[in-house]
Amino acid sequence: MTNGIKFTRRTLLQGAGTALAAGPITGFPAVHAAEPVTLRYLGTAVNQSGDIARKVKEDLGITIEYIPVVTDEVTKRAVTQPNSFDLIDTEFFSLKKIVPSGNILGMDARRIKNADKITPIFTKGEIAGKAIGDQGTAPKKVFYLEGQTGKSFASSPTEWITLIPTTYNADTLGIRPDLIKRPITSWRELLNPEFKGRASILNIPSIGIMDAAMVVEATGDYTYGDKGNMTKAEIDRTIKLLIEAKRAGQFRAFWQDFNESVNLMASGETVIQSMWSPAVTKVRTQGVACTYQPLKEGYRAWATGFGLPKTLTGRKLDAAYDFVNWFLSGWAGAYLNRQGYYSAVPETAKTQMEPYEWAYWMEGKPAEKDIHGPDGGLLEKAGATRDGGSFEARMGAVACWNAVMDENTYMVRKWNEFIAA
Amino acid sequence: MSDVALPALADAPAKTEQTETPARPRRRLPYLQAAPMALVFVVFLAIPLLLTLMVSFWEYNEYEIIPAFTLQNYRDVFEGCGNLADPCTTVRTYLSTLKFCALTLAFTLMVGFPVAYFLAFHVRSRAVQMALFLLCTIPFWTSNVIRMISWIPLLGRNGLVNDTLRSLGVIERPIEGLLYSDFSVTLAFVHLYTVFMIVPIFNSMARIDRSLIEAAYDAGATGWQTLWSVVVPLCKPGIAIGTIFVLTLVMGDFVTVGVMGGQQIASVGKVIQVQMSYLQFPAAAANAVVLLAAVLMMILGLTRVIDLRKEL
Repeated sequence: MTNGIKFTRRTLLQGAGTALAAGPITGFPAVHAAEPVTLRYLGTAVNQSGDIARKVKEDLGITIEYIPVVTDEVTKRAVTQPNSFDLIDTEFFSLKKIVPSGNILGMDARRIKNADKITPIFTKGEIAGKAIGDQGTAPKKVFYLEGQTGKSFASSPTEWITLIPTTYNADTLGIRPDLIKRPITSWRELLNPEFKGRASILNIPSIGIMDAAMVVEATGDYTYGDKGNMTKAEIDRTIKLLIEAKRAGQFRAFWQDFNESVNLMASGETVIQSMWSPAVTKVRTQGVACTYQPLKEGYRAWATGFGLPKTLTGRKLDAAYDFVNWFLSGWAGAYLNRQGYYSAVPETAKTQMEPYEWAYWMEGKPAEKDIHGPDGGLLEKAGATRDGGSFEARMGAVACWNAVMDENTYMVRKWNEFIAA
Repeated sequence: MSDVALPALADAPAKTEQTETPARPRRRLPYLQAAPMALVFVVFLAIPLLLTLMVSFWEYNEYEIIPAFTLQNYRDVFEGCGNLADPCTTVRTYLSTLKFCALTLAFTLMVGFPVAYFLAFHVRSRAVQMALFLLCTIPFWTSNVIRMISWIPLLGRNGLVNDTLRSLGVIERPIEGLLYSDFSVTLAFVHLYTVFMIVPIFNSMARIDRSLIEAAYDAGATGWQTLWSVVVPLCKPGIAIGTIFVLTLVMGDFVTVGVMGGQQIASVGKVIQVQMSYLQFPAAAANAVVLLAAVLMMILGLTRVIDLRKEL
């Protein structure tokens, strides 16, 4: 790649194959060299699509072996079992735990072809020249490392990137408009007694508490210095509110896993709850009305990205870079955009999407034709617009980012108290 | 390694051997015979437990655990537990778990005993007995979680039960308490664990000498008297073993409570799991040690009531 000739892994492999067929078979090493590479991809199930694995197999000959675990488990594995994967897809906030453990390697920006095209949301914390909310662990705070094996974050751009963004989005509440029958405009509705026994919040402490903080601020009771980094007193205040709501029977259930949230909403057990975008999509493809409701206080954003374990070397390391480059080159980005996520390099994704798709998903315009999901299922009829509008409108309204707090230990203890209450 | 643990395990047989033949090679034999099992116990039970105990005194931060000796983890577990009016998280959690233990125990016993009784005394043919017994274990061919989750569409707000009751006109509004409540958790526990009660009780009953029952009838005892004064006392070991199974399963469970309780009901296992997923291993270890102590105390109490060793 450095000498300017464009080799893909595929042509290399084909070359190796023909060489093998033409020449006499000399022994095992040649066979071994032609053996396809397998990358063990650690991440959450939401990001691990079979279609992406199939496509990358087709394009690069790399086999992706998914290791699906829940968000917290990804972090735990990265810290405790760094040899158990070849590529990690983790949330930016967990870097605060993973990087000090020294288990991941900075990505060499020079080997990432589209590194300079990654959206400024990550590199500068802005979109279309406008700064966006940076409470919590905003990606720009943890995007660069001081050195390849550095254990501290760099405040200005360096050539070592912690994680190459895979997907990101702005989260809000999901609602069942057919059962609520009135407009919902504020986070405070989550704890509105009107929805007693029909609300839900997610039982992942670090994310759940942020949703709760959005509710607290929306009620006007209190304004946090930084919702993503609360003081002990602020944690107490937030948990107290949650406990009161729980004892009053506000919540039907808590959910921890993407599919649980889908089932709660689709079955009508809940009508308003914390939710993730693809879950809303999934409820809708079941023919149930569900809105990912934009709220006036803004969104809670998150972002995940690819990281390399420091033990990765040789062909696997090359394959990992090839895969990441492929991921940013458009097809995967378009796939993610069609799920309602956003991709790291919007301009390459655009080349792989129909203009009407781009207009619907990214520009917030009414759909010219029916909108289909990546699996081909009908998502929206022509004429519909995306909840929350355009990419800039949605990501521009981010209020805070998923975070690891300094008082994380205390927060987890208080969260357990909330669950036990 | 194994030498340390061996004497305790091979104690009794070793002594008898000693008195009979003091020759050296014969004395070693029981040790050797017990060694494989002892080794398995040491490697997979004793060492992990000791490690857990050790780690429970360590310090930790966001991303590493630090060897030290601190009681802070235990202090955190019991923080605020002196206040009886507003119990702390740990007391609350244990009370809730104990409640499920009691409920599950009561219902599994109520279901398990008659089933075992039917199998042991009413089914005459050995073959039919075995066939029916195997039938009881068939649910175990599917996963625990699947058997549990299959209740959800039944019990939900718009589930089968509520829909049926509504269409029959029995109720007007759906019963909310069917799912994500103490009821659904207990139901799932009973469904999952009754077999653990049936098997040991059936085993005890199968070994009851039939002539004892005949003797009771001959002596003029009614059916109930026979059941209460002959069968039940002889089933005590089975009941005790079943109780131990159910108690330990329920005490350590967090999946059933999580799924059927809608994650809203605390369990000790859940607390430990949350701490583990946040890399707070020492805190989780301290909780695990407290849980272990609690379960051991319960089983100790149980063995005071029934001397298992003597009965077996």
